[in-house]
Amino acid sequence: MEMVTITIDGQQVQVPKTSTVLEAARSVGVNIPTLCYHPELRPEGACRVCVVEVKGARSLVASCIYPVNEGMEVKTNTPDVREARKTVVELLLANHPQECLSCQRNLNCELQTMASDLGIREIPYQGAKKNHPLDAGNPSLVRDQNKCILCGRCIRACSEVQGVHVYSFANRGFDTTVVPAFGQGLHEVACTFCGQCSSVCPTGAIVEKDDTAAVWKALSDPTKHVVVQTAPATRVALGEALGMKPGSIVTGKMVAALRHLGFDRVFDTDFTADLTILEEGNEFLERLQHGGVLPMITSCSPGWVNFIELKYPELLPHLSTAKSPQQMFGALVKTYYAEKAGIDAKDIVSVSIMPCTAKKAEAVREEMKSSGYQDVDYVLTTRELGRMIREAGIDFDGIEKEEYDAPLGIATGAGVIFGATGGVMEAALRTVAEVVTGKELPSIEFTSVRGLTGIKEAVIPVGDLKVKVAVAHTLANARIMLEKIKAGEADYHFIEVMACPGGCIGGGGQPISTCEGFRQKRIDAIYECDQGSALRKSHDNPAVKELYDTWLIKPLGEKSHHLLHTHYHPQNRI
Amino acid sequence: MNKDNKCCCGNQVNAMAQMDEILAKYAEVHGALIPVLQAAQNAYGYLSKEIIQYTAEKMNIPISQIYGVVTFYSQFHLNPRGKNIIRVCQGTACHVRGAKAILQAIEDNLKITAGKTTQDLNFTLETVACIGACGLAPVLMINDDTHGRLTPEAIPGILAKYS
Repeated sequence: MEMVTITIDGQQVQVPKTSTVLEAARSVGVNIPTLCYHPELRPEGACRVCVVEVKGARSLVASCIYPVNEGMEVKTNTPDVREARKTVVELLLANHPQECLSCQRNLNCELQTMASDLGIREIPYQGAKKNHPLDAGNPSLVRDQNKCILCGRCIRACSEVQGVHVYSFANRGFDTTVVPAFGQGLHEVACTFCGQCSSVCPTGAIVEKDDTAAVWKALSDPTKHVVVQTAPATRVALGEALGMKPGSIVTGKMVAALRHLGFDRVFDTDFTADLTILEEGNEFLERLQHGGVLPMITSCSPGWVNFIELKYPELLPHLSTAKSPQQMFGALVKTYYAEKAGIDAKDIVSVSIMPCTAKKAEAVREEMKSSGYQDVDYVLTTRELGRMIREAGIDFDGIEKEEYDAPLGIATGAGVIFGATGGVMEAALRTVAEVVTGKELPSIEFTSVRGLTGIKEAVIPVGDLKVKVAVAHTLANARIMLEKIKAGEADYHFIEVMACPGGCIGGGGQPISTCEGFRQKRIDAIYECDQGSALRKSHDNPAVKELYDTWLIKPLGEKSHHLLHTHYHPQNRI
Repeated sequence: MNKDNKCCCGNQVNAMAQMDEILAKYAEVHGALIPVLQAAQNAYGYLSKEIIQYTAEKMNIPISQIYGVVTFYSQFHLNPRGKNIIRVCQGTACHVRGAKAILQAIEDNLKITAGKTTQDLNFTLETVACIGACGLAPVLMINDDTHGRLTPEAIPGILAKYS
């Protein structure tokens, strides 16, 4: 790589020729503040908070888009620079609602942090305020345009990462807004509710719909039996919402905290992840042996299901009919568990803790009532659980670890890796390979499907057959896969798709992080959980075995068909 | 127009025939969105949701982006426009010579505010910053006709000519 030498604040540094001034500065520990910049998105240079002095330049330059060149002299901390940054933020605050104390992003807002870091003690400009209505017409996300600072990160996340293009800047000047086409609500356009926009929003302009009030109410109702399930990816991210480092594994603490909050039973979505493997794995074998539609594609990620229903309805027969683990769990809690525990299903409130905003929309789908009730009553994101734990005053750092309740809290390592991209595929392979051959696998780690590469491919021998698999994460990569299928170029047998970058660990409901490498740290933690598990193959799960022996009878059986499988339908939103 | 391409009289028509022609003309041109939208607006009078949706589909440009372009430029219109476009000058010279009262007189006469179109689609009322005819202040244009040295009293007579 060609290097250049530049001087940053008197310090000589060698950096790649293709760097921006911002990248060069950060590489040597000089922190330039940013707002519209996001490390995972194309830089835009819109907000001008990152301005620096470059010797010989006509004016201050935006370091996030300014390329380095040989011999350049940069000063990041001069009176002019500090003054300019301060003015930029003061102007942003001039029409920003002064509602920090009651904002969902209070203490976790980049604009607030910026104002604090720059020592802004008064807002000298009193500008006109915006008065846009709230967009709260969908179950997943709430948009408040009045809090928007027009950084455009949501536009870039939706178009660059997801390829969905819901948002655009509209109008001009003071009237500029970030809106879906025709200024419609998210429920009226082709939004998948993946929530990646809420993960990159620096302020409270796009947040998850907060359902904590309803859950608090259920918890304090003595006539209700409130059960909770926790998704695989929540245990490696919740810690971040409570001040811990990315990649902290907090499974036991989370279970204990949920009991403290008053949940009557704390169960694990990993249990139904194992169950998903048995249903979906058998569905795959069935398709393989009886000429069904291939490649079969996983259906656990509701953002992804929305995407294919919206954009590629003609390919819906490729989707596995298996419900997502959340919905399998919901269906079982109000049937199998209710029977076993002798509790009337009408008195059960079923809550799930998910890394995902699209899960909120999945839970209220018309089809998801196979128990005779809404199978999952409330879905909370990891962020919302973090807030409830803080509200209850639980000392998360000091709390003693506890174990999940039986039987729906018993799970294997195959269930937990659902949280990382490639995990569902790996879990399925661990089971399918052994079911087909009847022999124990010498190694159960399929590392070729792991990692953050956008599309991964592998050929796995299963008995006499070479099974060709692919794994895609982000909807932009999913689209590439679907186009391949449409063009008849996809000779895969089985494809895993997750809507969010990195899989569920990078879900739109996870704690917001701009920390370098946070996805990989969460992924590493997921595989650590797997390695630490006594059982690592879904078909070894004793609670799942018991469920089949005593109740479901067999995978793809009549009860499974009714409770654990679903159907899809095209969605007509532009 | 409904989805089956039937207009209110029930006849089968292809509402997008003109659009197809425009799109065909620009099929090979890179970055042709704005000329396409201009041509579409010339053909249809304004850019309806259906036209924008159709353009997005055919040009493979996200509909949100087209909406962004259409709302950025004041030359594009999302709503039907009147047969006659009134542009009332609000420039400095006109302002000094009573442009406000002229605008008010038109608003009162047509019972619409600036930026709006009358229900019968006869007039669209707009304000402009200057039309470069300061010697005639206060001045307005209706379509390509210029009317100058206006008084509020003269307005009803002028509008009547276009009714």
